[in-house]
Amino acid sequence: MSTNRQAAASSRWRAPVLFAILAVLFLLEGTVRNAMFSGSWNTSLAILNMGLISAITALGVNMQWGYAGLFNAGVVGFLALGALAPILISLPPVEGAWAAGGPRLMAALLAGLGTLALASMAWHRLRAGRGLAVTLILIAGFVIYRWLFDPAVTAIEANNPARHGNIGGLGLPILLSWLVGGIFAAAAAWAIGKVALGLRSDYLAIATLGIGEIIVAVLRNEEWLARGVKNITAIPRPVPYEVQLQRNPEFVEFAQSWGFTAATGSGVWVKLGYMSLFLVVLLTLILLAQLALNSPWGRMMRAIRDNETAAEAMGKHVTARHLQIFVIGSAVIGISGAMMVTLDGLLAPSSYNPLRYTFLIWVMVIVGGSGNNWGSVLGAVLIWFLWIKAEVWGPALIGLLTLPLPDGGLKSHLLSGSPHMRFIAMGLVLLLVLRFAPRGLVPER
Amino acid sequence: MSVTATTPAETAAAAADAAHFLSATAMRGGYGKADILHGCTLNVDKGQIAVIVGPNGAGKSTAMKAVFGMLPLREGRVTLDGEDITGLSPQDRVRKGMGFVPQVHNVFPSMTVEENLEMGAFIRTGDIAATMEQVYELFPILRTKRRQPAGELSGGQRQQVAVGRALMTRPRLLMLDEPTAGVSPIVMDELFDRIIEIARSGISILMVEQNARQALEIADIGYVLVQGTNRYTDTGAALMADPEVRRTFLGG
Amino acid sequence: MDILNALVAILNYVVIPATAYGAQLALGALGVTLIYGILRFSNFAHGDTMAIGTAITILFTWMLQSFGISFGPLPTALLALPLGIAATAVLVLATDRAVYRFYRVQRAAPIIFVMASVGVMFVLNGLTRLLIGVDERRFDDGTRFVINAREFREWSGLSEGLALRGTQVLTVVVAVAVVWALFWFLNRTRSGKAMRAYSDNEDLALLSGIDPERVVRLTWIIAAGLATIAGVLYGLDKSFRPFNYFQMLLPIFAAAIVGGLGNPVGAIAGGFIVAFSEVAVTYPWRKVAGYLAPDWQPAGLLQLLGTEYKFAVSFVILIVVLLFRPTGLFRGKSV
Repeated sequence: MSTNRQAAASSRWRAPVLFAILAVLFLLEGTVRNAMFSGSWNTSLAILNMGLISAITALGVNMQWGYAGLFNAGVVGFLALGALAPILISLPPVEGAWAAGGPRLMAALLAGLGTLALASMAWHRLRAGRGLAVTLILIAGFVIYRWLFDPAVTAIEANNPARHGNIGGLGLPILLSWLVGGIFAAAAAWAIGKVALGLRSDYLAIATLGIGEIIVAVLRNEEWLARGVKNITAIPRPVPYEVQLQRNPEFVEFAQSWGFTAATGSGVWVKLGYMSLFLVVLLTLILLAQLALNSPWGRMMRAIRDNETAAEAMGKHVTARHLQIFVIGSAVIGISGAMMVTLDGLLAPSSYNPLRYTFLIWVMVIVGGSGNNWGSVLGAVLIWFLWIKAEVWGPALIGLLTLPLPDGGLKSHLLSGSPHMRFIAMGLVLLLVLRFAPRGLVPER
Repeated sequence: MSVTATTPAETAAAAADAAHFLSATAMRGGYGKADILHGCTLNVDKGQIAVIVGPNGAGKSTAMKAVFGMLPLREGRVTLDGEDITGLSPQDRVRKGMGFVPQVHNVFPSMTVEENLEMGAFIRTGDIAATMEQVYELFPILRTKRRQPAGELSGGQRQQVAVGRALMTRPRLLMLDEPTAGVSPIVMDELFDRIIEIARSGISILMVEQNARQALEIADIGYVLVQGTNRYTDTGAALMADPEVRRTFLGG
Repeated sequence: MDILNALVAILNYVVIPATAYGAQLALGALGVTLIYGILRFSNFAHGDTMAIGTAITILFTWMLQSFGISFGPLPTALLALPLGIAATAVLVLATDRAVYRFYRVQRAAPIIFVMASVGVMFVLNGLTRLLIGVDERRFDDGTRFVINAREFREWSGLSEGLALRGTQVLTVVVAVAVVWALFWFLNRTRSGKAMRAYSDNEDLALLSGIDPERVVRLTWIIAAGLATIAGVLYGLDKSFRPFNYFQMLLPIFAAAIVGGLGNPVGAIAGGFIVAFSEVAVTYPWRKVAGYLAPDWQPAGLLQLLGTEYKFAVSFVILIVVLLFRPTGLFRGKSV
């Protein structure tokens, strides 16, 4: 019944009105300075840029969930894999790193992959004693892999450890690395999808939860790869640096003509540059997604989602289709992961927290309207805005609510605990939307 | 009796209902918007075996579900022993003395035979040992397998567990939805013998059967359903003798 | 003598920790598997249920300690445990009433329940942080060691020490008692059998007059109890940090799936399989090798995988089971 009511209310103006409200929020953030808004264009645009990246992540999740009903609980891992691409592709090569252990490292990785391939081949080809054969292959492969891998890693990590100690990048353009980020994530998605798809729907959720944790663990601990928790900074930018702009008299004049100081103006200019790039990627992806959705392939996808049994009976290979969409969705998530480190200019593996990077994205998708690309964008930017502002609004709200309370233990406890309130708030938002408006803010047509 | 104002027609209907132990009259209903039952009537007397036969899609199983309250009725009423039970839930009907054996998924597979029987008697409060003893006497094989999980038994044995489970509530009416589906002919004969035995103990039986001939042989009354309505209603023997019924529904 | 030293080292560094950890995982996996069997979804909020149950128990422990109450050689938390379980059960029942029951009535798809459990996870996570903060907390008091490494060395004359902590013994004893009670309940009582019947065949359970809401309530209460006990034992054995409990979700799910989702015996076996693999794979075997083959001087630590990758072990086990036997080793619910 609630769905009927929603369908009736979802007129064609619904989405434009909601996007307009969202735009007003960002305008207020940029212009009005009070208890609720910062009045800084730099803050407003910073939130918007991260919101746009989240929108791309949400788009990827929406492809998996909205088009195919697949629950990816490892979004954080695919984001982190994507984040690796700018490091390996666009960072300048580290002097001496390749010489120290590069070829040996490559050999180790090839040996590892070869072992898996050989084991899989043995399993399919052999009949008698294949369990034993596969076990032996895996053990031997592991020993060879470690024999190749360990010295290579030690050598690379010993190479100028204070500044580098990592394998370094290829020095290629940063925009190329976004694509590569998508490919990294797609490869991982293919492997995990091969195993977990075609089983119960929860199994994919659990398996992706696992792969997510492991990818983040790899990023945290493999210092040769991306310096682990020592972080990688100074990732190349696709836009100019603020200092460069501030040194350019023409720009300073231009900024002043708009009423900005050089410092503020340069920040806004850089952020606008990022915003345009992100918008291009986002709109291209949406365009491609919409074209795909309206193609015979997309219709089949939706047919499968709406009635898996019937589609199967009609000869549609459900699991193979699911694998396709899972890989594509993960690739989109990977692209957004690469974009995110590009925006931050920094890879800090310890910040990859599943609550923030997996489940918050889910809140965005569900709130926006699963199955609807524009809904995902709206949900992502809105939820991101609220998530950031909740840091400011939460304590203010608690302060207001606890005003009548006497100063003391309880009040100070509540005030100090207020940053945690946003987890509760997001959980409640998810639960309320799921229950009372399961089709989200912008329902699927 | 005459104090409440009732129309003659209602009185007559009530009298007719009271005459039968189970009476389901003029049932109309279905799952979605389209009705599957179009005025179907089923009556069973005390200790009688009633069999519903008919072609695929005739609404046989649907009629059973309607009688058991698993399907909302738009029209018609169901009475048991003169009491109107049209509005009761299946669980409440079990309490009123109806037992139902679904066609599939009719045992608890990971539980032992004995536990299956215990679960059958879940709503009873008193001692159930005597009833369990009766079930074991009816189906001796279950006694020997009573510690085995029901899911590990053969198809015929599982059906016995299913019937036994339904008997544990000491029902006055036992409803069986295709009890012989998927079992061998020998096991089928065996099951029919047991069903006759159950009926002799005074329990009324209402069942749907695919094996129409064999079922009508043991039927006191047979209902031939076509497209949700009664086409023929007669004693089992009379239906078997009717050339028209034989030709259309029993394959010659 | 060296073989004895090697055995003691294995016992000390692998068998004892893995047994305690396995017992904790088994209790967690039992909760997950019971909810799966009855409510038919993978509860992503289980890790955070453990966390909040533990947090509540810690608060009660502090309260008891502030009254000057202690439990002699045993940790005070054990006294607070029943209070913690009761509070968690109330919380979890309220969650069911407010969240899950709606979808049950609707007969929603399992994945919707999973999604709802993610929402519950967020809320519980936030509540735990609000209640006790995000810092690491130790709350074990009472006797530290049952066997002390130094005393063991003096007593046995071996060069290798053996330490057995009180919390490890406690974990195993409590887990055995809880599992025994649970199986007694499931196999011997009317309510327990009704739960199994409902898990086996929901429709037939309804026809048999089993009240589904009662079964669901019972399941939540038991799951809350198992989660709190598992969480408190883990917290006593290691320490309490809310995020660790979220991370335990993966090994717990792996344990439940390895054993066959919905199968309680499988959950226990799965817990120990995961725990022993995890500890054995991340333990540096160099020391043991040194005792057994003194002439061999291996270059590395003989550690198959760094401890930071212990979750990879659960994951690999999970993948292997999904590849070769998706219903689990002990045949759980169908795939």
